[in-house]
Amino acid sequence: MAKVIIIGGGPAGCEAAHQLANQGIDVELVEKNNETGGNLNNWYQLFPDRKSAKDLNDILKQNLNHPKIQLHLGMEPRKIEKNKEGKFLVPLSDGSLLEGDSLLISTGFKIFDARRKEEYGYGIYENVITSVELENMFYNHSIQMVNGNTPKRIGIIHCVGSRDEKVCNYHCSKLCCITGVKQAIELRELLPDTEIFCFYMDMRMFGPGYEEMYREAQEKYNIKFVRGRLSEAAENLNKQLQIKVEDTLVGKPLRMTLDMMILLVGMESSEGSRQMADTLGLNLAPNGFIKSQDPHYRNNNTNVEGVFVAGCGSAPMNLTDTLADARSAAMSIMEYIKRI
Amino acid sequence: MNLEGKQQIWKDYQKEIADDRYFYARSCIRQTFFPGSEWAYLDIMKNKLAKDVIDDPRHTTCTGIGYHSDIVPAETIMTVVARHFALMTEAGYENMTPSCITSFGIYTEILETWHHHPEVEEKIREFLWKATKREFKKPRNLAHTSDIIYKFRNEIAAQAKYKLVDVHTGRPLRGVDHIGCHYSKMFPTKGIGGAEFPAVLSGMIYAWGGDVIDYPERRHCCGFGFRQYLVMANRGYSVANSKKKFESMQPYEPDFIVANCPGCAMFMDKWQYTISEMEGTTYGQDGYGIPVLTYEELTALVLGYDPWEIGLQMHQVSVEPLLDKMGISYNPEAKFKNIRGEDIGVPKCPTYLRV
Amino acid sequence: MINFWGYSISETRSINYDTNDKSMTEYIARVVPSSKLCIGCGGCTAGCTAGNLTNFNIRKIQMLMKRGENKEAKEQLQKCMLCGKCMLVCPRGVETRKMILEMLNYIKTKLKS
Repeated sequence: MAKVIIIGGGPAGCEAAHQLANQGIDVELVEKNNETGGNLNNWYQLFPDRKSAKDLNDILKQNLNHPKIQLHLGMEPRKIEKNKEGKFLVPLSDGSLLEGDSLLISTGFKIFDARRKEEYGYGIYENVITSVELENMFYNHSIQMVNGNTPKRIGIIHCVGSRDEKVCNYHCSKLCCITGVKQAIELRELLPDTEIFCFYMDMRMFGPGYEEMYREAQEKYNIKFVRGRLSEAAENLNKQLQIKVEDTLVGKPLRMTLDMMILLVGMESSEGSRQMADTLGLNLAPNGFIKSQDPHYRNNNTNVEGVFVAGCGSAPMNLTDTLADARSAAMSIMEYIKRI
Repeated sequence: MNLEGKQQIWKDYQKEIADDRYFYARSCIRQTFFPGSEWAYLDIMKNKLAKDVIDDPRHTTCTGIGYHSDIVPAETIMTVVARHFALMTEAGYENMTPSCITSFGIYTEILETWHHHPEVEEKIREFLWKATKREFKKPRNLAHTSDIIYKFRNEIAAQAKYKLVDVHTGRPLRGVDHIGCHYSKMFPTKGIGGAEFPAVLSGMIYAWGGDVIDYPERRHCCGFGFRQYLVMANRGYSVANSKKKFESMQPYEPDFIVANCPGCAMFMDKWQYTISEMEGTTYGQDGYGIPVLTYEELTALVLGYDPWEIGLQMHQVSVEPLLDKMGISYNPEAKFKNIRGEDIGVPKCPTYLRV
Repeated sequence: MINFWGYSISETRSINYDTNDKSMTEYIARVVPSSKLCIGCGGCTAGCTAGNLTNFNIRKIQMLMKRGENKEAKEQLQKCMLCGKCMLVCPRGVETRKMILEMLNYIKTKLKS
C-alpha cells in the first residue's frame, strides 16, 4: 500500500492527511510541536466570517482520528534521503525511520520579527504590539495599555515586513490587509469610543467578502483609513507613540499620538521550509518560499520528483487557499502514486 | 522604554575601530566655533589614553561644505580626500579619524563609491598624481573621532574626576544625545548602534553615570543642511528643525545636549539664542538655555579639564548650570580672560536668554 | 520684537492631528455617513467642472476636512458649482453633493474661525 509522509502539521498538513487517508493512502504526519494546528493556534477569529479559529482547528484535528493516519508529534525529520527505488527515508528525532512513496512539505510560514523594523520600536516602546499579540488580547476580551488604561486612539500599521526592500522582503504577505480590517472591527466592538486608524499603502481586498468587510469597517464601524506608510514611531513621556506618516491623499506629512500601535506582521518562509529545501535540494523562489514547478498547472509539484508542497511553504496564503491548496496537493500526490 | 530592546539592536551594529595610531582630520566648523574641542581631544588621546595621533598641518578642509552646496564637484572633493589619504600614507598611518561628521560621511561615501566603481578610484588616483605627484593607500580603518572616544569610554570613566551626576541630589544627569545625520543615516552599518538607536554618544553618557533622554524628535535632523542655512532666505526652515527638537525635548528637562557633529552642536547652541530673540522662548531652567556640548568637551569636563581652558566661554548658551550640577569648580572672573589673564571682551547680553 | 534677521522661523506643514479641530469631520460623519466610504480614487475630481478650471479638488478637500485641516477646505469650497457630476461617478456611493452642502452649512454656522 502506498504511503505518504507529510512534514508539518499545520492546516495544510492536516487537511492533506485527511484527504489522502480518505483515498486509502497511509499517511505519516510529522509535526515538530506537541500539537497540530501550527500558526492557527495563535489566532482567535478568522476573516471574513469571524469563525472561531479554535472551531476550525478542532475540525482539522478530529479529521486526523483516522486509521490510515499516524501522527508523530514533537518530532522533526533529520537528513532525508531518496533511495534508488524512489522511496523517501525520513529518520525522526526519536531514532525511528519512516519510509514513504511520496513526501509532502507543509512547513508553512513564520511571522516576521517586528524588531527588524527598528524605527517602529517594537520591543522598545511598551505599547507597540504585533497583530499576533492582539489576537491573544482578543482571546482574553481585554484591550489595555501596559499601564492598564483603555487606549483612546489605536493605529494599525499595514505591511510590516512586507513589500519592504529594507528588510529584504519584496513580496506581499497578502492577508495582513484583511487581518487589519478584521482586527479593527473587533477592536471597535470592544472599544466603542476609541479612535481607530489603519495606515496602509494599498488595500488589497482579494478574497470573497473582503472588500465588503472593508466597506463595512469604514461605514458601520467608523474605522479611519489613512494611505501612508509609517516612517517612524517614538515614545513620549506618557508612553504613547508619536508617529510620522504622510497622508498621501492629502499630500502632507501627518503626525499624531497613539495610545497603542499594532503592527500587522507579514509572513516569511519558515525555518522548516528552508531546512526542507536545503536537505531535499528544492528550488526556492526569490522571496525565500519553496518554488512551485509551475504557477498554474503544477503548483503543488517541486523540482524534485515525488516531493510536493502545500500551503504557506510555497507562498503567503489565507486559510481558504491553504486548505484548497492542501486538497489540490493530495490530488497531485494521488496522481503521482498511481503512476509509480 | 525597554532598554534591553535597544541593547539587542546595539549588539547588531558594532564596528571595528582601530586601537591606536590614528591620522587625525580636523573639522572646519568645530575648530571655528568650539576652539578648545579638538585641542582637548588630542590632549586626551595623547596624555590621558597614551595613544599615537598625528595632526598633520598640511591637511585641509575636505571641501564638504562646498560639495554639499553644489559648488565643489564630486571629482574635486574625491581628489582632495585622496590627498588626505596620501598624507596619511606618507606619514605611515592606516587609520583615518575625521573630527567632522560631514567629513566622516563623505569619506565613507567615497570609499563605498570606489568599492563599487573601481574605475572612479583609478580616475581619482590619476587626478591626484597629475595635481600633486602623490599616491595613497586607502585607510585600513575609518572611524569618526566620537567612535574612538566611545571605544575608550570605560578607560575614561576609570580616570574620571567628575561624573554625570547631580552632586546635590545624586540624580543621574539627563543628556540628549544628538547624532549627526551623516554619521549613520546614509550607512547604518557604519555607525555604532545603527541609525535608529545610535549608541555612540548614549554609550558615553551611560558609562559616565548619566541618563539618556529618548524624546520623540530624537532622530530629527537639527536643520543644518549646508545649502539651507547658507542662504539667508532658507534659514527659517533650517532653524524650525532645531525648534521642533527643543520643543520635543523640553518636557524631559534635559541637563545638557551632546552632539558628535560640529554643525549640530553649533546650530543647537546658537539657535537657542536666535529663537529666544525672535520669539522670546527659552528651553532650559530659569530662563537659561540647555547647555550644548561637543563630545570632546563633555569628555574633557568628566576628566577634570578647566571649562575655560577647553573653550566653553565661546558657547552661546551658558554652561554654568551644568558645571554647578556636576560640582565642577570654576572661576567666573576668568571666563573672558585669555591664558595671559588679559580681557578677551565680553559678549553683549541677550534680551531673553539668561547667561 | 523687531526682526532684523532677514528671515523668520518657518511654521510646520505637518498636519497635527492631536491639536486640530475635528468637530466638522465629526458632524459630517454623522449627517453624511456615506462620506466615510471614500477610498481616494479621484473619480470625483477628474470630471469636476470647478476642478478643471481652478485648483478646487473635492477629493482632497474632504480628506483635509477629515484630518481637521478646515482652513484650506473653507477657502476652496465656494468654487463648487454643485453640478452633481462627482456623485454620478463615485464608486462608493458617497453623497458628495450633500457632503459639500453640509460642509458649507457647518462652516457658515458652527465653525470657530
